[in-house]
Amino acid sequence: MFKKLLSNLIVSMFAISVFAASGKNSIQIKGSDTMVNLGQAWAEKYMEKNPIEFIAVTGGGSGTGFSSLISATCDIAMSSRNIKDKEIALAKQKGVNPYEIKVALDGLAVVVSPKNPVNKLTIGELAQIFSGKITNWKEVGGEDRKIVILSREVNSGTHVYFKEHVLRNNDPSSKAEFTSGALMLSSSQAIADEVANNPAAIGYYGMGYVSNKQKAIMVAKDVNSEFVVPNIGNVVSGKYPISRPLFLYTNGQPQGLVKKFVDFTLSKEGQEIVVKTDFVPIK
Amino acid sequence: MHKLKEFIIEKLILICGLTSIIFVLLIFFFLLKSGLALFKTINIGAFLAGKNWYPISEPGEFGILPLILGSLLVTLGATTISVPVGVACAVFISEIAPVKLKEILKAGIELLAAIPSVVLGFIGIVTLVPWVKTIFKLPTGLTALSGSIMLAFMAMPTIVSIAEDALYSVPKSYKEGAFALGATRWQMIYRVMLPAASSGILAAVMLGIGRVIGETMAVMMITGNSAVIPKSILEPVRTLTATIAAEMGEAVVGSEHYFALFAVGIVLFIISFTINVTADLFLHKKR
Repeated sequence: MFKKLLSNLIVSMFAISVFAASGKNSIQIKGSDTMVNLGQAWAEKYMEKNPIEFIAVTGGGSGTGFSSLISATCDIAMSSRNIKDKEIALAKQKGVNPYEIKVALDGLAVVVSPKNPVNKLTIGELAQIFSGKITNWKEVGGEDRKIVILSREVNSGTHVYFKEHVLRNNDPSSKAEFTSGALMLSSSQAIADEVANNPAAIGYYGMGYVSNKQKAIMVAKDVNSEFVVPNIGNVVSGKYPISRPLFLYTNGQPQGLVKKFVDFTLSKEGQEIVVKTDFVPIK
Repeated sequence: MHKLKEFIIEKLILICGLTSIIFVLLIFFFLLKSGLALFKTINIGAFLAGKNWYPISEPGEFGILPLILGSLLVTLGATTISVPVGVACAVFISEIAPVKLKEILKAGIELLAAIPSVVLGFIGIVTLVPWVKTIFKLPTGLTALSGSIMLAFMAMPTIVSIAEDALYSVPKSYKEGAFALGATRWQMIYRVMLPAASSGILAAVMLGIGRVIGETMAVMMITGNSAVIPKSILEPVRTLTATIAAEMGEAVVGSEHYFALFAVGIVLFIISFTINVTADLFLHKKR
């Protein structure tokens, strides 16, 4: 009697869950903090056009997005870096096939206080500053002041991108690391606030966060190249050396609702939203 | 019938009592299971005494010595500030303050305990951090000292209320005896009340320390989080708790980094367990 009741219960619960899954009209999007504003802007516009569908966007960092995609707690992962081999292997183990879609570009601005006289730096100088080899502003033409290095936490795709493309200058065999004296702040906004108040500080984040309280440094690939301001034009033309693609990742080729949303982000309207949120469109 | 009812209620209460212990045990076993997995690949000595924390590099470095020292430094700073102030406050409330003021002070301290730590952290960022930077002429105000001051505020309610309880439970006859022998008020407090309540006050201090070492949000916001071995309290530090909170989101489930964070959790658990047991010993000594 009891057994029968239990089996009935299980069958009916299973039925309900299947029903719920098939009748589902919501998407969970998780990942990169850099992309949260963009994701939300997309979701708002999309839901305006499709009122019966619901899209939830949360941040947490690119790594968080991949963890959720792998554990199937989100449908789309936003990421400001490529997926790592380790993560692909783990996903395969759990039966998830990460599928990459490039949706926008982002220029990484290196920022200092407007009171800081330094205006331009090369990638090489940046690498030496952030790895702790240059410790005083006077070594790069500034005042005699100790450099305060601000970085994002390790859960940030921006942190990983900056390490691989500036500190290690795209060399996969390089072992360069952020100096352990770097202050690790938990958001781009925290870095922006500290830079605004501290003439000795230097930090980096997506160029959408630069306001008139910070000064974006002009960056050159090497000593022989010209120094370039981070703006949309220079990122599109590829002149600005620290820019990166932004991705959405889905489990396998997008289908159904997820496909509809991904197509929307790549549409003309979706790419206009990219420009409005201070990122760079790919089309 | 009555007996049955009695029996059922008794057992229900017993189960409720046991659940808390079961939860603690379950949490501990979960921590152990996930944390010890790290030591299959990483030497425990390199973990505890290693000076570099680069968890996402290939291969990762998992040395938590800077984190342990960071936690201890912030805790030490907070204790140095909050213990004298907290104990003095407790003495004032229980021995000196007139009844009305006493009620106001007690309510105020309870209110202090009710402020969420993220709010204190935020207040710290906008007020304390710039002050510390200008007063000590530092390159940045995100330092262990800022964290210590903010945490002292958080430990204060615990210390004051428990120390006040301890002073309150000193028999009245002690006090009367001291006065009868011609002691002044200060002599009575200093020579009679404080020694008589000492075990309770020590317990208050230990519980305050326990509160500080486990605190996460505020320290993460204002200590700068750089994983270097601190040379002075005016430098940024990274604490054990902030490391777990900041990195758990990124750690891929089942990776070395993930296990390392649980191992950090074990270290933290051991530290706060020791502190709580010590506090308990002091409390029981009193009885």
